[in-house]
Amino acid sequence: MSNLLDLEVKKIVETPPEEIERVKNWINTEEYKEKNFARQALVINPAHACQPLGAQLAAHGFEGTLPFVHGSQGCASYYRSTLNRHFREPAPAVSDSMTEDGAVFGGQNNLHEGLENAFAIYKPKMIAVFTSCMPEVIGDDLTAFIKNAKQKKCVPAELPTPYANTPSFNGTHIHGYDSMLVSILQTLTEGKKVEGRCTGKLNLIPGCDFNTGDYREYKRLLKEMGVPVTVLADISDTFDSPCDGSYHIYAGGTKLEDAADSINGKATITVGPYASPKTFTWVKDNFSGKHVSMPMPMGIAKTDDFLMKVADLFGKEIPATIKNERGRAVDAITDAHQYMHGKKFAVYGDPDYLMGYVSFLLEMGAIPHHILCSRGTKKIEKELQALLDGSMYGNGCKIYMNKDLWHLRSLLVTDPVDGVIGDSHGKFAARDANVPLFRFGFPVFDRVNKHRYPLVGYQGVVNMVTEICNKFIDIKDETCEDQQFELMR
Amino acid sequence: MSDKIRTVEGITKESTQAMIDEALSVYPEKARKKRAPHLAPNDAASGCASVKSNKKTVPGVMSARGCAYAGAKGVVWGPIRDMVHVSHGPVGCGWYSWGTRRNMMSGITGVTNFAMQFTSDFQEKDIVYGGDKKLKTLLAEAHDLFPLAKGISVLSECPVGLIGDDINSVAKTSAKELDIPIIPCNCEGFRGVSQSLGHHISNDTIRDYIIGTREFAEPSSPYDIALIGEYNIGGDAWSTKPLLEECGLNVKAVWTGDGELEKIAATHTVKLNVIHCYRSMNYMCKVMEEKFGIPWIELNFFGPTKIRESLRALAELFDDNIKQKVEAVIAKYDPIMQGIIEEYKPRLDGKKVMLLVGGLRPRHTIGAYEDLGMDCVGSGYEFAHTDDYDRTAPEMPDSTVVYDDPSEYEFEKFADTLKPDLIGSGIKEKYVFQKMGIPFRQMHSWDYSGPYHGYKGFEVFARDIDMAINSPTWNLVKSPY
Repeated sequence: MSNLLDLEVKKIVETPPEEIERVKNWINTEEYKEKNFARQALVINPAHACQPLGAQLAAHGFEGTLPFVHGSQGCASYYRSTLNRHFREPAPAVSDSMTEDGAVFGGQNNLHEGLENAFAIYKPKMIAVFTSCMPEVIGDDLTAFIKNAKQKKCVPAELPTPYANTPSFNGTHIHGYDSMLVSILQTLTEGKKVEGRCTGKLNLIPGCDFNTGDYREYKRLLKEMGVPVTVLADISDTFDSPCDGSYHIYAGGTKLEDAADSINGKATITVGPYASPKTFTWVKDNFSGKHVSMPMPMGIAKTDDFLMKVADLFGKEIPATIKNERGRAVDAITDAHQYMHGKKFAVYGDPDYLMGYVSFLLEMGAIPHHILCSRGTKKIEKELQALLDGSMYGNGCKIYMNKDLWHLRSLLVTDPVDGVIGDSHGKFAARDANVPLFRFGFPVFDRVNKHRYPLVGYQGVVNMVTEICNKFIDIKDETCEDQQFELMR
Repeated sequence: MSDKIRTVEGITKESTQAMIDEALSVYPEKARKKRAPHLAPNDAASGCASVKSNKKTVPGVMSARGCAYAGAKGVVWGPIRDMVHVSHGPVGCGWYSWGTRRNMMSGITGVTNFAMQFTSDFQEKDIVYGGDKKLKTLLAEAHDLFPLAKGISVLSECPVGLIGDDINSVAKTSAKELDIPIIPCNCEGFRGVSQSLGHHISNDTIRDYIIGTREFAEPSSPYDIALIGEYNIGGDAWSTKPLLEECGLNVKAVWTGDGELEKIAATHTVKLNVIHCYRSMNYMCKVMEEKFGIPWIELNFFGPTKIRESLRALAELFDDNIKQKVEAVIAKYDPIMQGIIEEYKPRLDGKKVMLLVGGLRPRHTIGAYEDLGMDCVGSGYEFAHTDDYDRTAPEMPDSTVVYDDPSEYEFEKFADTLKPDLIGSGIKEKYVFQKMGIPFRQMHSWDYSGPYHGYKGFEVFARDIDMAINSPTWNLVKSPY
């Protein structure tokens, strides 16, 4: 009998029910939590994906752009299906299907054949190339490969072919987003800087944001302000396209000429500082006009900051319509504050989202009790801590860097909260802790249309408050004693 | 197998070939030459594959295929509920395949089932210095935190093979130290041409490390069988297993839906292997046949016609006791199924469906559509082999298009020409076709529904197909202005 492990052949033993019961209780204990937090090597239920996913998102934000994965084909299928599931939209992307021989000979032949085919079949205006693990491990030289591809006329020399090294064993999807975005901007703006020219426009970098509603909200607010904008990169029409009986492979994205001219902009603001550090550094050195890095405008105060900054940069007044909008959002939160005040939350997600959740909760008098970042740095930890220090509702809140959702589970069962804010993957921990999960992050696989509801701006505040408060009220209605069940809440 | 050759009005070998030629006309010559043998009109009479298959994907065409890791983790290992499955390498692969196949599990998560995402989350230093040490540490941590896990699988992602780590030796050492089976599976995504090699590698791994390492505690009976290639998508196994039990059989193990490691390990003592997904698990059926003399039979649990044929074929391998029970089961369910058909067929009769799924359903579900009065006007696989296409030929109407690993462009072109009333494929295709106004069901995952297997499944299947095709929302796609 084969048994390559040299373990002895045994009779099947069913685990006794009392042993199951013991372990079931044990995993909810402090003792288990300590053991769990002592993990050195094993990661369980991480709240982050790998770089190329973010790179693909950035590529989708440009007109006529075909994302191109240099690496194994399975990688491309994974990124595509993840985006499909979150947005419930197509996510066309190709790969050059590297296999064993690629590992031996390098991936140049695959890349060249892939570029030629992809260009002929899908007729893109730009092909954005990024890598998965294999070419990164074997050390493929993308610069040379792409140069050679153009020499061989696999694609026309004038076709923009930005490329980014996005190794999955480094950083997360937000870093891949950054690398791809900076490469696209470098490619498109090359030679486009005109001394003395100013487009008069704002370049807005939203960061690795998977909420199409946010992009629309930025554009609406800026239109209201009378500030023309180029969004770098605009995924809103790509991932929120009409169903009208026809399929358009490139449904949206920032016009390439607008992106090219962005180098002559009046100002550039990134509102996704953690997802665009490389891009922003490069923009600062190369783009005309002023450059501002500020947090995502989630919550009233951060939205105020954003709008005032835009007004300041463009010498505009914030119009009465927006001021009224602010007033209505504040009306909504003062009306609803009692349902959130003092409620404890656990929050997790990408750094830019996290900063937003925490600011918003503190504004509401809610307590961001556990703050967990799957992949973070000292910088984000410091910035989060500063937010907490600035509010009495931040007292005693703790930040957990580089922890996963199995750590989160231990936190939820040993030190309970009233609600969790994060992505769909938190649903298991939230269920075990019997608390609601508010799906504001990425990905959301198990609810419909969430990506259409902005989290940024005053409208974002109304959306978040409405969802959270009504859920707490639902829970009260569903769980209260009959004599406590009443018409008004 | 259907005995008479069916045709679809308006579809001839010539019309299908013209459609294929048209689709390929945009391709560069080299790609066209590579793709042409993978697309052909069905030759139903031959009972043979009309297309080439299991070849490298043409770069840049937008294939729906995944990789060997996907076939190993997503298909074979993932559904085994009482094991910790470690995605060994960078974080992505495990994260993308976490909970997305809908292989349902019983038990308590984190206690007796491990429907979670375990990864070594490789960093740059692991690539440079190797990940073996990290693997050893994490295996101990997993055993410590999940003491009721019956074993651990180590599923290699691309970098592991490229940097030359020796997971097999780490597994062997740790298995001894921790006294649990630790199964190394060298299923790096760059191996082979599709998910298919991942299935094969996983089957070989089961052969080398698992089968024969356990024995059932209870005495054997002549009715002991194993259900192979049933992954419990949307609860399929919770329909098929009770059905087989109703027929008087003891289902000793399910491979691998809601599966248990030790029962899989003891499967070498059953009397018959019943295989549903031939593509992903025929290898182990053949191994068990050669090594342990266990015969196997391929069955189809989609739709009452195929279920009836399958159960009778199964009964032929047993005594009168089973034969009687099978007839009683058929007699019990036939009228119920007839009721379902009477409800839905009037709304679905003559509707056309196109399929593109993995390695089984493009042929196995055709009968279920036909039970509802529908015609299959095109079918193909992501990762099938010649033996799958041989089995497909008689199931499809003559001259309808067969496509192997089609690009999104080809699939879209065919749909544009054939104007099906329904497409059954995957998530990457779903929204493309829905934008075109074509009703769609995800046929890998049952589109968040299920089960679709067995009698219980047909009721759900019929409802879902009707819902997809006849939803009034489709009437609103074209705006009146």
